[in-house]
Amino acid sequence: AALFVPQLAMAATTEEAISAFTGGATPGEGDLTLTAPEIAENGNTVPIEVSAPGAESIIILAAGNPNPDVATFNFGPLAGEQSASTRIRLAKTQDVVAVAKMSDGSFIQAKQEVKVTIGGCGG
Amino acid sequence: MAENVTPRVRVPSEATAGEVVTIKTLISHTMESGQRKDDQGNVIPRSIINRFVAAFNGETIIDVTLEPAISTNPYFEFDAKIPESGTMTFTWYDDDGSTYEDAHDITVG
Repeated sequence: AALFVPQLAMAATTEEAISAFTGGATPGEGDLTLTAPEIAENGNTVPIEVSAPGAESIIILAAGNPNPDVATFNFGPLAGEQSASTRIRLAKTQDVVAVAKMSDGSFIQAKQEVKVTIGGCGG
Repeated sequence: MAENVTPRVRVPSEATAGEVVTIKTLISHTMESGQRKDDQGNVIPRSIINRFVAAFNGETIIDVTLEPAISTNPYFEFDAKIPESGTMTFTWYDDDGSTYEDAHDITVG
């Protein structure tokens, strides 16, 4: 079991990553849309979109990756909408999680499972 | 500086005051995740773009923190509000300390 300790220390869990983002608060439900394909043939480039009107920032996490952190979007005063699209790597079939920090200080969460045919983290 | 890093952005050249326009950006970059191994089984060190910022006349539109789970050739699509004529600037920050920049003028007619 001791062999696993260094790896655990390096890769924070998704729960820890969420807690670090929210300052310990548990995110609730709300107007946060996470769009991802149900099935991704190639885990190397999976298109995702997040949208949360009124959000200050949105963090994306992939629970099944070696490191769950994916990206954090911080919206400035000239953001037309609090939404963004990008392409991410997924190592295997897993839940993609988005957590948004709203302007009133509350946090909301959304997640979607993506089935991955070919993993995207190499090794 | 990583080689062959070329930013490409799609920005309208004209807008009406207060219009929300969609911006698409792509930059060629291997985004080496630090998870892969070479033929000898050695881990290939991480080398990614770790931050992307888009601004208009100095005001932030979006500021993104990238982790190794962002795909090769990072792509972003987002919406920007255009209050007046000006310049939209794009900056990508590489792990190796270099930055890549692009800028486009938008005219409010």
